[in-house]
Order: sequence, then C-alpha cells, then structure tokens
Amino acid sequence: MNANSRWSRITSSTIAAVSIVVMSACSSRAPSERARAVTVKGSDTMVILGQRWAEIYMQKHPGAVIQVTGGGSGTGIAALINGTTDIAQSSRPIKPSEAEQVKAKFGVDVIETPVALDGLAVYVHESNPVSELSLAQLKAIYTGRLTNWKEVGGPDLPIVLYSRENNSGTYVYFKEHVLENADFAPTTQTLPGTAAVINAVAKDPKAIGYGGVAYGVGIKTLKIKKDDASPAIAPTLENVATGRYPISRELYFYTVGKPGNPVARDFIRWVLSPEGQAIVKEVGYYPLPEEKRHELARRWEQHE
Amino acid sequence: MREGQNAREERWRRRSDRWAHRVIFVLSLTAIMTIVLIFIFIFREALPILTNPEIQREASLRHFFHPMEGPDLASRYMWQPVALVPKYSLIPLILGTLKTTLVALGIAAPLAIAAALYTSEFAPPRIRELIKPAIELLAGIPSVVLGFFALIVLATWMHRLFGFETRLNAITAGTALALALIPIIYTVSEDALNAVPRSLREASLALGATRWQTATRVVLPAASPGVFASLVLGFGRAVGETMIVLMASGNAAITSWRFTDSVRTLAATIAAELGEVVFGSPHYHVLFFIGALLFVVTFAVNSVGVYIIHRVQLRLRGER
Repeated sequence: MNANSRWSRITSSTIAAVSIVVMSACSSRAPSERARAVTVKGSDTMVILGQRWAEIYMQKHPGAVIQVTGGGSGTGIAALINGTTDIAQSSRPIKPSEAEQVKAKFGVDVIETPVALDGLAVYVHESNPVSELSLAQLKAIYTGRLTNWKEVGGPDLPIVLYSRENNSGTYVYFKEHVLENADFAPTTQTLPGTAAVINAVAKDPKAIGYGGVAYGVGIKTLKIKKDDASPAIAPTLENVATGRYPISRELYFYTVGKPGNPVARDFIRWVLSPEGQAIVKEVGYYPLPEEKRHELARRWEQHE
Repeated sequence: MREGQNAREERWRRRSDRWAHRVIFVLSLTAIMTIVLIFIFIFREALPILTNPEIQREASLRHFFHPMEGPDLASRYMWQPVALVPKYSLIPLILGTLKTTLVALGIAAPLAIAAALYTSEFAPPRIRELIKPAIELLAGIPSVVLGFFALIVLATWMHRLFGFETRLNAITAGTALALALIPIIYTVSEDALNAVPRSLREASLALGATRWQTATRVVLPAASPGVFASLVLGFGRAVGETMIVLMASGNAAITSWRFTDSVRTLAATIAAELGEVVFGSPHYHVLFFIGALLFVVTFAVNSVGVYIIHRVQLRLRGER
C-alpha cells in the first residue's frame, strides 16, 4: 500500500464531496443575487437593442446589473408569466390569453410600454428592375396568387418567396398587416433571422424577402405604396417615425404591473428618455414620436 | 504495532474506496435522472394533445394525419400553425424529414463505408493514421457551422451546378447533413470491420482470394451487422439533427415527392417555432408532441443500433 495512491483516492473523493457542497451552496445563494439584477428577456429582434441600453445604463449607474437575453418574444412573455424575468421584450403585442395568465397568477395587470419603432423592409435582388410594390401586390405575391415577376413589371422569372420563421413577431406582423391574415403560400421558405433572409435574397435574382430595415450588399430595398393611388415610400427614419411608411410596428416592454425592483423602473424611465431613445437610432431602429414618448414617460413617472 | 497500523490503513482504504464508489454512483445517477426528467417533461407537455378536449378541437391526431379538402396534395396536408384557422398536418414535416434523411444517408453511407473498408483493409498504417483522425475531426465541427457553410457556400455551388428552382432544398440540406453523418457511420463501421478476426482474412487469402475479394466477400459480410448498426445510428442522427437543416433546407412545409423542393423537418420546426410560441397554446403542445415523437423515434432507433453492436461484439468474442 503506498501513501501516494491512498492520498490521491482521498483527495479525489474529497474533491467530489466538496464540489457537491459548493454546487448546492451556489444554488442556494442565487436568489439573493438575482434580487439585485434586473433580467430582460424576449424578442430576438430586440436583443441587441436591449443589450445596448443595458450596457450604457450600467455605465451611468454603477452597481446596477441588467441582464438581457433573447430566445424570442413568446419565450420572454412565458418567462414573465413564470416570474423568471422582470421585463419581457416583445416584437408583437401580448396575446389576450397571455395577459390573462399574468393577471391570474399575480393579480396585477400586465403593463405594455412601447419603446421603439421598427420598419419592415421588403428586399429583392439588386439586379431586379422592380423598385416599388403596393401592399395589395405584396399580399398577392406572398399568398401565391402572383407567381411571376413579369406580373409586377419585372423580368419573366418565377418569384421565390423568403420569410422569417413562422412564429417570429416579424412574421406575425407581416401576416396580419400585409397578408391581412391570409395564409402564406406553402412554397414560402422560412429562414432563421433577417440576416439569413438577406443573404438568401442577395444570392437569388428571383427572390423576394422581408425583415428589419438593413442595408446588405447585393439587395435592394423596395419602396412601398399603401394603395395604387398613393406615392411609393421608402423606409427612411423620417417616413417610419411619421407613420408615412405603411409597414412599421412598435416594439414593446412588458412588465407585471409596476416592477418591485426600483432599478427596473428607473431603467424603463431611462429607456423612454431622449437619451435612451437616441440609442434606438444608433442600433438601427426608429425612436418613438416625441409626443408619444412624452406621454409614456409621464405615465411611468406617475407609476412611482 | 505494525500489524495494527496495517489493519487501520486497510480500513481507511476500504472506507474511502466505498465513499468514492458512492459519489460516482450518485453522479452517474444524476445523468440518468436528467434524461428521465427530460422524458417526463416532454411527455407531460405533449399529453394535452391526447387528453384535453379544448386543445383537441384545434390540434389532435386527426388534425395531424388526416387530409383536408383541397385540389392537390400540397393543400390537403398543410402546416400553417400561425393562422386564423391553424393547420397542423404533420405529413409535410414527416415527409421533409424523410427526404433529407434519405439524401443524407444516400450520400454518407457509401462514402463512409468505403472509407472504413479502405482504412481497415487496404490503407498502409501511415495513411490510416492520417485518414481516421481527419474523418473523426469532422464530428467535432459544430452543426451550426456546417449549416452556415451549407447556407452560404454549398447552396450556391449546387444551385449553379444543378440549376434548382429553389436554392435551398432537400438535396442541399441532405448533402450538408451527410457531412455530419459520415464520421458516425465511418467510426462504427470501421470498428466493426476491425473486429473481424484475423483468422478469417488469413483463411481467405490462403485459399487464393485477392485482397479485394477478401475485403468485399469475407470481411464486409462478417461485419455487416455492425455496418448496419452504423447506418441505424446515422439515421437516428439525421432525423434528430436540427441546426443544419434549419439553415439549409429553406423550411417551407410543402407536401410533395420532389427532392428539389424546399423542405421543413420535424426538428427544425421545433427549433424555429418554440422560441416565439404562445405559452400553453395548442401550438405549444403540438411542438412538444413533435418533440415526443422525435424522442421516441431516435430512442428506438439508437437502442436498436446499440443492441446490434453489443450482439456483434459478443459474437466476435465468441461469447454469444
């Protein structure tokens, strides 16, 4: 029997035992840690925006901890219902059934706070001569009634449809506001993320796709007409903020009533301040119209 | 005195041994418990499809498999979960999964088995030492990287080469998927080929057979259950693989037999939709039902594969 192997055996079992104790100690300490940190969870569209907000806010308020994660609007709202997040980010309005679950569980109404605007852009390959479409044409294309580019003034080529995943806030918005709740054509290909859609469109002269406003190489962003008589509008900052561009939507924060955590409340107020809204522009979305921002900011002051 | 110390040392040794044993047992139990808990969770969330009448009004087995009214195949079986009237036919998803799996196995199986036969029967040791780790390295590439490669590079090549109408389709996705299957099929097949006793090869060569004849008519048939098991494991991986098909298949749920159409697989559907689904809605439970379906299929397929491998090992060791 040599002492070496005995010691190695004892140390290995000790390490195992100690690590179990440490692991359980860590998990029991976590709730108090979490009480100080504000968690923000939800929409993948908003995750970069949320992280940027959190980063700047934490720089200005040392000691505040804000954790932003994605996962999807539905995931964020589910986390809100389960009480595992302070703020849910969502690119779609909350469903009545979800709001009811919050009310049933916490006895408080969910509070909806629009925090930014997002314009949905429609892109085609840069070589495509088509530069504007009406909402009606878009609907006909995405429901599969128009299947050839020549029917909207383009070349004689079949139209290949690209879309976001069929449950993203972007998809739901497009379906409700452009397709007016009609079904997408079954041939519509859905890709994970706006970047993937842009990439696919950039590589395919027959393609059409939609997503957040972005300027990629190889694609052309279309101007959109509300109806045949109205002018074609490009999704510029000004056109989205004034509501002239027909496909824009609000992005939301959802909270269970007024959050108990003062940092969370202050963070939301700051997001609604001119400073917070300036960051929206930086990240590539559109700030709220000044009037609306004022009203919301006032509402959050009153909540205090 | 010396005796007493030895006895004490011995006791110590036994006790620490026993403790180490227990700790490891608990840790291994944790792994099993995790699987059991995941199993229970998935099935509990899938259960309302079979039991809750309110959910069943929108989504039940009938909705999953029965055709609707429609002029053609594609409109009779539709997957449109986010709609005024949600359509939850699983047929296009199952068909899509089978199409990508078939393409992937069709490409990966001959390549991987040929490579296994080459390295185990023909390759000089130096080349063998080069090929084996290289193929096994392929297993270490994260599937999201393979998927991204397929989306950006492979799809463009194949689009140019074959002139598909849709750039992303079952063939493109299956080809990318094959890259993930090759190391699995190769490794298991190679082990099976290597496990064939030398005596069989020697007997065959002594009877005047060439090396090629020995490899294809003696070694390969002897290892065939193991090779079959490798295909079964590959099938299980192909059915469950998510990221590659999510990125490279285009994800359009079209019910058709054409391999050049875009496809949506079961696994990719879960990955794409679970993040945004309304918590507790019929759609949510449908996604868990699909998860349970995948769980059962891959679990059964993998069990069969592992069982065959086990049997082969026993037989080759002469223990049967």
